[in-house]
Amino acid sequence: MVETILFVLAALAALAGAVTVVLARNPIYSAVGLLGTLFSVAILYVVQLAHLVAAVQVIVYAGAVMTLFLFVIMLIGVDKEENREETLPRQRFWVGSVAGVIVLFAAGVALFGDFAWVPAAGDPVDQEMTNGTVQAIAEPLFTDWVLAFEATALLLTIAAAGAIVLAQFRRKRV
Amino acid sequence: MSWPEFWIVVLRVLATFALLLLVTLINVWAERKILADMQSRLGPMRAGPWGILQTLADGLKLFFKEAVTPRRVEIGMYLLAPFLAVVPAFLIFMVVPWGKPFTIGEYEVALQGADLNIGLLFILAMSSLAVYSVVLAGWSSGSKYPLLGGVRATAQAISYEAAMGLAMVAVVMFSATQGEGGTLSLSELVERQAGTWGDVIPALEPALQFVPRWNVFPQIVAFIIFFIAIVAETNRAPFDLVEAEQEIVGFHTEYSGMRFAMFFLAEYVNIFSMSAIAATLFLGGWNGPTFEGSVPAIVSGILPTIWFLAKTYFLVFLFIWVRASLPRLRYDQLMQLGWKRLIPGALAWLVLSTAVISFRQFGPPWSM
Repeated sequence: MVETILFVLAALAALAGAVTVVLARNPIYSAVGLLGTLFSVAILYVVQLAHLVAAVQVIVYAGAVMTLFLFVIMLIGVDKEENREETLPRQRFWVGSVAGVIVLFAAGVALFGDFAWVPAAGDPVDQEMTNGTVQAIAEPLFTDWVLAFEATALLLTIAAAGAIVLAQFRRKRV
Repeated sequence: MSWPEFWIVVLRVLATFALLLLVTLINVWAERKILADMQSRLGPMRAGPWGILQTLADGLKLFFKEAVTPRRVEIGMYLLAPFLAVVPAFLIFMVVPWGKPFTIGEYEVALQGADLNIGLLFILAMSSLAVYSVVLAGWSSGSKYPLLGGVRATAQAISYEAAMGLAMVAVVMFSATQGEGGTLSLSELVERQAGTWGDVIPALEPALQFVPRWNVFPQIVAFIIFFIAIVAETNRAPFDLVEAEQEIVGFHTEYSGMRFAMFFLAEYVNIFSMSAIAATLFLGGWNGPTFEGSVPAIVSGILPTIWFLAKTYFLVFLFIWVRASLPRLRYDQLMQLGWKRLIPGALAWLVLSTAVISFRQFGPPWSM
């Protein structure tokens, strides 16, 4: 019961945020909509007892959306609306039709296909064993998948260093 | 979940909320009184004995004041921002245990809003959400001073959150050696600080038998970094150039009445909950002598809450003391302190602390 109510509320909020991202004229409202969607999805994770995933979702994406905010403020300007002139001809038509086909396909699979839903948190889940999933995620991550984990860490470091190098290079030429 | 359990959860959350509101009322008054004492003034004297009702009077005044809405605001975000400030501020405190769990009949009642397994991550998540209120308030005010204040505040919060998180990691890693495996749950972090260091290090027992087993002693560097970071996170002097009412003005310039009061409330709630988190991580939370057996059960049941409040208020006093003593930093000094001192310092301490922990666990590296 509680799960259903939470699911409906969070799912509606997520959809509302997603629609805002697409429809808002002002990019700041789009960014706020994105934040709302990501936060609602985090609530869905909590309903599924995946507390760690929810917390990481909020921490990581809160920072990411904040970066979007600053981009909007610094690059577009404070009170200007988005420039809605299309530089690529007919891009809206093509992107829209591809997205429409994908949505129709997904709806068809969901309605008529043999589709097994992920078991909800209402089903018997060993709460003690998953326990908010910190230990459940940490153990495989640091034993079986430690190489992949460290390679990812290295990749992120390289990306950060690369961004700094690019910025420095640009500055020297000017 | 049965009905009694449900009502216990509701009561726990309500009690935590009420505690937070009460201490905020007291905190605002206490800050004004302590600042006044430090500056040889009297401070609020008129409302109630020693002016203790002053905050209530100010709150009522703000409540009835007209909330002016400037013409060029983005109205939706402008109205949303104060709520975005208040909600995370209250949510952060929900994971902090403020008393010893007790049992009524067959039910255990933890004096804590929610005992989350991911407590510390929850705190980080909420404090990163709190930044949004500042940047949205600054942007939506439609005026250049709040906008600059908002951007400045965002940079400050993001910079100091990194140092705060790194200091937390050091404590979590140290705490993992004090019990069965690591934990992010605040109630378990508190339980691991029970007793004295004399119990842990028998060789030095006579000297350490009265030294409580708080994380602050082995992790003093992390504590100092954490404290500086939380002063900056809550936008308090000497890092209060987010609002800086005297010269550069801040993000809530265009807010008045109740909307401004909500930012103000969030700031004072944050001071208390950040102090409470510091007390929980480093000063043993509600641990302390309860004299069980020699005093009535009710007294030894309340004493842990009193210890918790005493430790938290010590840190709140430090906040006020720092405000009374130090001048405000310039913006470049603030960034230099954050990025060139605190974050490298926290990283170095993390490496050193980890090296010591792994040396004690596995021996020297050549012995493997």
